[in-house]
Amino acid sequence: MNKIKNAFENKKALVGFLTAGDPTFEASCENVLAMARAGADLIEIGIPFSDPIAEGPVIQAANIRALSKGMTTDRAFELVKRVREVINVPVCFMTYLNPVFKYGYDRFFGRCAEIGIDGLICPDMPFEEKEEAAEVARKYGVSVISLIAPTSENRIKMIAESAEGFLYIVSSMGVTGVRGEIKTDLSAIMESVKRYAKVPAAIGFGISTPEQAKQMAAISDGAIIGSAVVSLVEQYGENAAPKIYEYVKSLADAVHGNT
Amino acid sequence: MPQNGRYGDFGGQYIPETLMNEIHRLEEAYEYYSNNKEFIEELDRLNREYAGRPSLLYYAEKMTKDLGGAKIYFKREDLNHTGSHKINNVLGQCLLAKKIGKTRIIAETGAGQHGVAAATAAALLGLECEIFMGREDTVRQALNVYRMELLGAKVNAVTSGTMTLKDAVNEAMRDWTTRVDDTLYVLGSVMGPHPFPMIVRDFQSVISREAREQILEREGRLPTAVVACVGGGSNAMGMFYNFIGDKEVRLIGCEAAGRGIDTKETAATVATGTLGVFHGMKSLFCQDEYGQIAPVYSISAGLDYPGIGPEHAYLHETGRAEYVPVTDEEAVKAFEYIARTEGIICAIESAHAVAHVMKLAPELSKENIIICCLSGRGDKDVAAIARYRGIDLHE
Repeated sequence: MNKIKNAFENKKALVGFLTAGDPTFEASCENVLAMARAGADLIEIGIPFSDPIAEGPVIQAANIRALSKGMTTDRAFELVKRVREVINVPVCFMTYLNPVFKYGYDRFFGRCAEIGIDGLICPDMPFEEKEEAAEVARKYGVSVISLIAPTSENRIKMIAESAEGFLYIVSSMGVTGVRGEIKTDLSAIMESVKRYAKVPAAIGFGISTPEQAKQMAAISDGAIIGSAVVSLVEQYGENAAPKIYEYVKSLADAVHGNT
Repeated sequence: MPQNGRYGDFGGQYIPETLMNEIHRLEEAYEYYSNNKEFIEELDRLNREYAGRPSLLYYAEKMTKDLGGAKIYFKREDLNHTGSHKINNVLGQCLLAKKIGKTRIIAETGAGQHGVAAATAAALLGLECEIFMGREDTVRQALNVYRMELLGAKVNAVTSGTMTLKDAVNEAMRDWTTRVDDTLYVLGSVMGPHPFPMIVRDFQSVISREAREQILEREGRLPTAVVACVGGGSNAMGMFYNFIGDKEVRLIGCEAAGRGIDTKETAATVATGTLGVFHGMKSLFCQDEYGQIAPVYSISAGLDYPGIGPEHAYLHETGRAEYVPVTDEEAVKAFEYIARTEGIICAIESAHAVAHVMKLAPELSKENIIICCLSGRGDKDVAAIARYRGIDLHE
């Protein structure tokens, strides 16, 4: 049973991202658990890729750290299997299309269903190219998540109408990474999204402070944080879990309206 | 014309959503301008008066006699302005950039040939230009970095990943997603998302359009084979394109095998790669079992790329073109041989094609004709070849 909608039920959602195997397999398990305990409603786990073209320097570095420690697609499945013994929070994989394609769509989504991975986010798989993976994913009850960008304009209707799971609204031009200010007119985009989408929409790219997260969640269904969490791993290495807990809790409280 | 940007199953548009509207606008603009009389005439004039086209088709009489088989002709793209075939593509793309109102272009470069060509066209047409080049390559090709700067371009040394050509492409794509409004990404090869493989092929197809006419005029018949080196594959696609319909003409692409296709130090994508999706296209790539893109190696920085253009993958799959691996050692020997025999110092990339001609020509009788594309000149490679031969020479 796909759990993505649970993340958005009767509340705004905080979505948190971490790279699998960064800096080690064990530490990233701890970090995922810390994020869930701190109140993250949906967790995105990145399968590291050698050439992450949509990522800024922080997540690029996390990919390299994880790959250099021997992280693989199989180990990423093991990681989710491990944390699934403890938590029931919805989980999506985030990676690039090549690792999924190379693993084989049936084998990949079959394992997702078996282990309880609810969705897949691929920044290099736009609407027009999504079906070859999505039709297999659907067979296994896994959602392929669509992205909407500040440049999507006339494409919003088409993307939103057929969206599955949730919609990932890219707040800004460029790559992932913390931004002081988000300049895109997101209210206008959200208005258009809401007109056509049957699934919730969360905003990501550039969010790092509780104020930003609260603001973004207020105009959508949730806020996504990535680079800000990963930079804690960069800073604290294998001992990042308590820091991640503290940080994610401050954002979850802000998004959930507990502050 | 590819169907929906596909050559068989290869090609496509596997890029971030942020770029999708832009790439569709580019498709439409190219469709319009490639059929626009004024645009065609302007590009033709630039090709003639600025780049020095048509390039010569040169009969290599000494080599032909020495190898004792097929007649060998060289298509002299090395004599173009900026010293390689890259100028054909950048003049077309930069002119297109101007027409669609862009004020800035970005480009990736490996050895620096495409970077220098892009900086040149940008200077000529009054466009701001930024080049992305792996830091490793900026060190190996310091002279080309300064050359691009002389031409007014800003050169960004890319420090991510393996710090070579594929990382330069990654960084150029990242830059493009931040500034699609005023910028055109001038891709250097027949790769990336549609419409780039088609646009670059069309602008490079001038090579075979001329070569076909020239050989018919000189010899009154078509060649037995055309031969070109392949990294991403732009000079090869240009050299093949107008011969694809001539079924009797063999099309042979020469890949960089590096230290050999049975070693990890190779860039021979057709020989060692598998199907994948990367840099916007479905094609063949050097990668591991999990789809991580492999670090590749060749003595030639211009062929040091882990993928191949989708139309080449298609020509390979359908059997219309053949792809052969050529090692560093074979390429260096060919580099030295053509210099001594014909008085031509060609690019180390092109020397991969020359090396195959040296194998093929003696196997064919004298009635056969081979046309080999000399895609670039070799000034940039002299120091590296000297070092390969154990001479401590630095630029």
